Amino acid sequence: MKKTLAVVLTMGLALSFVGCGDKAAEVTEAPVEAASVVEEAATVAESVAEEVVEEAEAKAEGVMTYAEYAAAELDSEVVVETYVQAKQSWWEDKATFYTQDEDGAYFIYEMACSQEDYDKLVPGTKIKVSGVKSEWSGEVEIVDATFEIEDGNFVAEAKDATDLLGKDELIDLQNQLVSFKDMTVEAVAYKNEQPGDDIYVTLSKDGASYEFCLEYYLNGSDEEFYNLVGGLTAGQTVDVEGFLYWYEGANPHITKVTVK
Amino acid sequence: MKKHRIITAVLGAMLLLGGCHGAKASTDFTIPEEFDETKKIEITFWAKNDTNVTQTAIYNKAIEDFQALYPNITVNMRLYTDYGKIYNDVITNISTNTTPNVCITYPDHIATYLTGNNTVVPLDDLFADPEYGLGGSRLKFDSPSVSEIVPEFLDECMIGEKHYAIPYMRSTEACYVNKTYVEKLGFELPDKLTWDFVWEVSEAAMAKNTDGTFKVNGQNVLIPFIYKSTDNMMIQSLKQLGADYSDADGNVLLFNDDTRNVLKTVAEHTKTGAFSTFKISGYPANFLNAGQCIFAIDSTAGATWMGSKAPLLDISADKVVDFETEVMAIPQYDPENPVMISQGPSICVFNKKDSQEVLASWLFAQFLLTNDVQIAYSETEGYLPVTKKAQDAQEYQDYLAKEGEDNDLHYDVKIKAAKLLMENTGNTFVTPVFNGSASVRDAAGQLIENVTKSVKRKKTVDDAFIDGLYEDVKSLYHLDQGGASGVSGGKADLGKLPVASVCLLLGLVITWVLIGVYALRERIKSKDRQ
Repeated sequence: MKKTLAVVLTMGLALSFVGCGDKAAEVTEAPVEAASVVEEAATVAESVAEEVVEEAEAKAEGVMTYAEYAAAELDSEVVVETYVQAKQSWWEDKATFYTQDEDGAYFIYEMACSQEDYDKLVPGTKIKVSGVKSEWSGEVEIVDATFEIEDGNFVAEAKDATDLLGKDELIDLQNQLVSFKDMTVEAVAYKNEQPGDDIYVTLSKDGASYEFCLEYYLNGSDEEFYNLVGGLTAGQTVDVEGFLYWYEGANPHITKVTVK
Repeated sequence: MKKHRIITAVLGAMLLLGGCHGAKASTDFTIPEEFDETKKIEITFWAKNDTNVTQTAIYNKAIEDFQALYPNITVNMRLYTDYGKIYNDVITNISTNTTPNVCITYPDHIATYLTGNNTVVPLDDLFADPEYGLGGSRLKFDSPSVSEIVPEFLDECMIGEKHYAIPYMRSTEACYVNKTYVEKLGFELPDKLTWDFVWEVSEAAMAKNTDGTFKVNGQNVLIPFIYKSTDNMMIQSLKQLGADYSDADGNVLLFNDDTRNVLKTVAEHTKTGAFSTFKISGYPANFLNAGQCIFAIDSTAGATWMGSKAPLLDISADKVVDFETEVMAIPQYDPENPVMISQGPSICVFNKKDSQEVLASWLFAQFLLTNDVQIAYSETEGYLPVTKKAQDAQEYQDYLAKEGEDNDLHYDVKIKAAKLLMENTGNTFVTPVFNGSASVRDAAGQLIENVTKSVKRKKTVDDAFIDGLYEDVKSLYHLDQGGASGVSGGKADLGKLPVASVCLLLGLVITWVLIGVYALRERIKSKDRQ
């Protein structure tokens, strides 16, 4: 009897462990926000000579050229083939990317993407994206998108857009990796007046001021770069690179700063 | 010896089982007899601001003033601009036992935090403590008494029978109206806005010139009616209609025919281009200030961004159009009985092992209710102080009286927004709070967002579409698990127990029965021996 009882108690205990084990796993499962990673876009841009740029490929059937995408109406369905240039964020199976091909750029906002796939999408990776062309506060983007990874690789070189500052034509480069040379630092401000979030940078050229932003989710985890931008002082001359994001006007998200 | 080993095994099993359930638990908080001012205490405060640097400065000053009174306490602040981010971070930190000490939050969110054992401190005993409670005798600052906190706002911090927060600031939504354009279109603003009026003017505004520009503003862009928070839009519409949304038992009643009718109205006016939302188009303030919106509904806590003289701007000055801004209550279905949401930050205190640390946290939380903090912070936006003590203070009354004297501290739109809530405090409401109520709120907004988005994408929004949408949204927010109320962790029927759980429970029952049988048998044996 005692042996039997001991066996039953042991079985009960084992079953208890099974039940609790599952629960414990659930409890400790916490949402994890992926640190935003720039993936060394700036470095890659410097080594353009080493880029693996595939020859202009014929677009597959149903896939738009950049010109067709640019001409597409807002709120219409679009399918593009493009290349990841930088990853901004991942949260609950949605991810935001800067992407670009040889002809133009596509900002892809909160695309359905598992953490596993997000890790695969390093700069240069070719993806076919299906979604809806949309606009939010002037930023043209692809939303409600899905994607598939394809063969191919392309990393864009920053285009010098200095001469387009203040001109209407600047919008033609929206979301592309661009550079601005010999800018003067006017002001630097942390979003909450303390480090840990976006940094707003005002730069001037020929007497006109322009707003730039270090988007924390894009590259805030790069401590060295974050400190460099946060430490800029008025009067310094800098070259900057970044993605030409748009928010009620040009608002480049900077990824590289060279103090002269 | 065998008996001893068996009992040890049972006790061990019980301890282990207990451990499974209480691994993250803290003990109940008991108020210490005395606050130890010789002990160094460091507390963290997670605060929220509205991308308003003045608010940051006020938090910093409050911390500085508090630390001067209690030099043994150090307050470390972490600033957020988004309640959702605070919520996510708190949830993450509950699992690692690294919650902040004091946190700005919403009661909906606290209801979820409470799923951790003793995670958030119930404040009722602290309120009533004669020494360290509200208005307590041993406080080093002039704290309000319980009766000096606006009762409607304090009641909002109750979950079940207990207060788990104190209100910090209160706001509601306002409709910021381009009165100039309304009159240009041949309408006169009524004393109280109705939904019919807003839709009628919005449709009239869609008239275009031959060159494709809109007649009313001469521009290529116009969205006459933009709603910032579509969850509030749906919640307030249903409340005004006397329709179901949810109840205190955690039943989700949102997916009903009244909701369907609201969605159809939204679809009708989205189709003409007369309506859009913040998530789909952008900030209402930016469109309003550029003369591209006539009715912009946003929080009264966003009033400093509203109007052509707004002290805070997100568009370049050359895009701002000159117009007269009217601040009105949100549109009503029954203007004689207006209702509007009460919202705004509350403060909760997280439990810790060290009761002195918790008491220090409570002292700081309470300090945020002092007049200096309440008045200064409320003046940064169209907020209303949550204490009658602050509202009635001469300093605050002087501030209100100076409405429109300048376009900064006394910006008329901002002060009108604060007065709107002050005059309508009795007309405010909040939705029932339960674990999962935040998901129901998100679902309410998602319905409007999906309808608006779908219409823009030229999809037909009819009953079949809405039926499908209901199912999709229920699934997205896990509102479909277990019948009427399936909110995870709520008071829902969670369905059939998994086989493993059934086996576990059966095993436990059998074990206890056998223990009983064994004990009885031993007792009988013992008696027999005697």
